[in-house]
Amino acid sequence: MASGVKPRVKVPKTAAVGDTITIKTLISHKMESGQRKDKEGNVIPRSIINRFTCDFNGENVVDVKMEPAISTNPYFEFEAKVPEAGEFKFTWYDDDGSVYETSKSIAISG
Amino acid sequence: IAGVPLRVSSATEDAIAAFTGGADVGVGDISLIAPEIAENGNTVPIEVASETAAEILVLATGNPTPGVAIFKFGPLSASRAASTRIRLAGTQDVVAIAKLEDGSFVQASSTVKVTIGGCGG
Repeated sequence: MASGVKPRVKVPKTAAVGDTITIKTLISHKMESGQRKDKEGNVIPRSIINRFTCDFNGENVVDVKMEPAISTNPYFEFEAKVPEAGEFKFTWYDDDGSVYETSKSIAISG
Repeated sequence: IAGVPLRVSSATEDAIAAFTGGADVGVGDISLIAPEIAENGNTVPIEVASETAAEILVLATGNPTPGVAIFKFGPLSASRAASTRIRLAGTQDVVAIAKLEDGSFVQASSTVKVTIGGCGG
């Protein structure tokens, strides 16, 4: 597992049924591109997060295939529909096989 | 070849063909928002949007490998839009291609001037 990987997500705590909400996600990760060289001129091997998904109550919101051109500490912002109360689940897939997960629940207001 | 990247490299053409299966790419419901000038190529904010897209491919045509990301929008995505931050090796065109729900493809592109490249060369 790459060191110091910490997912952070921002999801409103409540929404009305059918509302559109904005979700922001950031995960700390060096995203080594595989293009850089060390002091001795050896290529530093690629080590990135290659996929990010967001699901709500088991239904997909967004599924992103990521290449080395995604910046260090990958950031995504997107919009989701909220059909009911439930839980957003966020998953990041690392080149080294690690899977990082976090989730946020949302309640229905009014 | 001095500074100016080729408008479409063969690697870019290959990446587009892999996404579209060789179908024609037109213009229409897609927008790509990128800065005109990026001081730091390590983290360039971009936004893609297309109301009727099922998937959006993003390519950096002047990077060592052009692939950036493919966004697939699920049933619970509201607007078919996403923002992220990308690396650009130098001044180049960024291209976004959307596969629409009807199966057709549309394209948008934007030239970004990069002051400091972002691929550690």
